[in-house]
This record gives sequence, structure tokens and C-alpha cells, in this order.
Amino acid sequence: MALYVATRKGLFIIDTARWTLARPHFLGDAVSAVLAHDGAIYAALNLGHFGVKLRRSEDRGESWQEIAPPAYPAKPEDSADKTPWKLLQIWTLEAAGDTLWAGTNPGGLFRSSDRGESWSLARGLWDRKERGEWFGGGYDHPGIHSICIHPRERRHISVAISCGGVWQSGDGGESWRLAAKGMHADYFPPERKHDENIQDVHRMVQCPSRPDVLYAQHHNGVFRSADGAATWHELSAIAPSKFGFAVAVHPKDADTAWFVPADKDERRLPLDAKLVVARTRDGGASFEVLRKGLPQEHAYDLVYRHGLAVDETGEPAADVRRALCLGRRQARHCLR
Amino acid sequence: MPRVVFTSHLQRHVAAADCQVSAPTVAAALDAVFRAQPQARGYVLDEQGELRKHVFVFVDGRRAALADAVRADSAIHVLQALTGG
Repeated sequence: MALYVATRKGLFIIDTARWTLARPHFLGDAVSAVLAHDGAIYAALNLGHFGVKLRRSEDRGESWQEIAPPAYPAKPEDSADKTPWKLLQIWTLEAAGDTLWAGTNPGGLFRSSDRGESWSLARGLWDRKERGEWFGGGYDHPGIHSICIHPRERRHISVAISCGGVWQSGDGGESWRLAAKGMHADYFPPERKHDENIQDVHRMVQCPSRPDVLYAQHHNGVFRSADGAATWHELSAIAPSKFGFAVAVHPKDADTAWFVPADKDERRLPLDAKLVVARTRDGGASFEVLRKGLPQEHAYDLVYRHGLAVDETGEPAADVRRALCLGRRQARHCLR
Repeated sequence: MPRVVFTSHLQRHVAAADCQVSAPTVAAALDAVFRAQPQARGYVLDEQGELRKHVFVFVDGRRAALADAVRADSAIHVLQALTGG
């Protein structure tokens, strides 16, 4: 099994049988997302000067081919939209069957049915009037960082946006509805704090074996849904803090999930400079704090949205900790 | 004919050969270059055809925009802006 670690300094592929690093790829360039699917590896680059690029390898990274990145259409001349219609970053890549999905900044969801040779913008979401209320979270403009595809009904897609709540489609991305009921943003004016469209979900995951169960690490806390994101409830037992970015769910046990709590939003560090993972095994009723193998002094790194992954077995917690150690600071993992 | 010169930083990512083209403006010169070297277009211009935010163009030593005119003996330098990191 290979662990693909996309970082600001390149793409690193780790053989998880021996935990050894192979030759780095795109060394010195920011790799904002990586996906291994159907025999290919896709790497999204964010070249500081020369824009967002997409590369595909058919030979496990021996060679890379440049393929077309998603492109936004021209903004209508009479549009009042203040968001640039330009690709600023590919924040996440997901796949189901023959379809690839790219979540991007400034908020567009793109689909490819030809292995990334061409992409089309999901206009049903992009053209929603509610998009005008979205705003950036950590970036100047809003972005889609989480795409959850129902494992059996692939036309059922949920996406999470910083900051634009959770949106869901039941028809393959043609039409969309908000799906953030129950989330709350206590830092907003009281009359808006339950507004589904302004929720800042930092990361959302869906249990593959029980897709009605989803977890979200939100700016304001940790939430779980047991009804396919129709409603969410807060998991207030999270420890040592409710702030963070990363979340992972056990692929076979919907009651087991992991989070990486940080101090708080105005000071984004591990609490007391100790890096820990919070794990629930009872659907969020209680949490245990895992420290073994993690730095317990002078740990000042933030584990960012995509910096946590579990493999298909879901069980080897030690692997999770090792992945964490390797991927601290804005790493994005893809485990296949 | 104006001469178009690309930063060596670009060559690390994509082939973009310096060349001479007949064109009255920066935009026309780059368009002519990218018709011959289409792989380099997306590295200098974004999907709306505008100069990328962190790319600079200088014409005869002066910062220029796409619409600016060039002379027959102008040198057009395309380089990375340090705002891009």
C-alpha cells in the first residue's frame, strides 16, 4: 500500500509496508491535492507564479503527463459577482467509477469523465444565488475542500465549503440543496448563526460502510449526522478542544472517528504544545485522547484539513499516528 | 520584429522558447508565441486570457500591460513577479 502525501514542498510517496520514502515528485512545488484512482495518480500543482496545473501518472509516478486543469467560464459582463472566475487552487480531488471531481477555490466544483483530459463546471451549484453569501476561510475566496460521494448511489454527492456550509446533490451534480441544518457559528451575529449557507465546515467525511453517517470538523466545533446530512448535531464531548481542521472516519465502523484538536481559532497551535488525536468509538458520545507516538513537547504544528487519513482497514491507529508525524503542516494525504 | 524572452524559471515547468514575432502589442506578440507554443499559454495567461497575477511583462525595461504597444525592435521580457513567492 502507498501513502501519497501532497505538501507545499512536493509530492511524497511512502511505502506503508516499510514506511520508506521513494523519490520525491515536484520537489519544491506546492502540491495542493493528490488522488490515486483506477491505476493513475493525479497531482494538482499550485505554482506560485504560473498558476494551477494538473499532472497524471500512469506508471506509479515514474513519469507525469500534463493534463488540462479545470477552467472557469468567462464571467458575464453584467455580473455583479465579486468573485474572480479564475481557478486559484484545486483543494481536493475525488473519484467514483469513471468520474473525477475537483473541489476548487474560488468555490467551483468540476467534473471530468475522461480521466482529467477535460473538465466541466457544475453550474447547478455555481449559479446558485446563495453563492454570493459565501466567503473565504483561510483564503481570499471560498473553496470546496470536501467531496463525499455515496458509495452505492454515485449521483448522491455532498460537498463542504469554507465558508458556504454543506451542499448536496441527488442527481449527479445537476441540482443542489443546503445540508447544514443543525450546525451553528456562534461567532456570527445571533440572527445568522444558524444560517446553513455561512457555516464554516473545515472538513467533512462520510463513512463508506454507513454513508448516512458523516462527521464534520467545523470552525465552531465538531458535528455528526446520522441521516445523510439532513440534520447535524454537535459532539460537545470532544477533547481537549473543539477547534481543529482534520477528521477521519473508520471505513467499517461509523461510530469511530478521529480528530486533531488545536488550541482555538485565534491561536492555531496544539494545546499546550502537545500534538494529540481525539478518537471516539461511540459516535461522539465520548472521546479518548491519543498521545502515544506524537510529539508531546514543543509541537507547534497545525494539522490542516487534509492532513489525516486512515486506510481501508481503519484499524491500525499506529499508522494514523505515523502518517500524522509525516504530514504535519498543511499536508494532504491520499491513502490507497 | 519584437523579441520575446521568457524567464528561465518557466523552463523548469514547460518548454517556452524565446522567439521573434511580428506584432503591434504585447498581447498580440504573446498570442503569436502561444500559437506556436500552445503548451506555455496557461503558464503566462489565465483562463480568461489575462496576464497571471504573479507574472510581470517588461517592454524595453519598463513594466508593461497586455494592451501596450511594442516597437519593431522591442524586447519583451516575461518573468515571475516576486509577489508569487
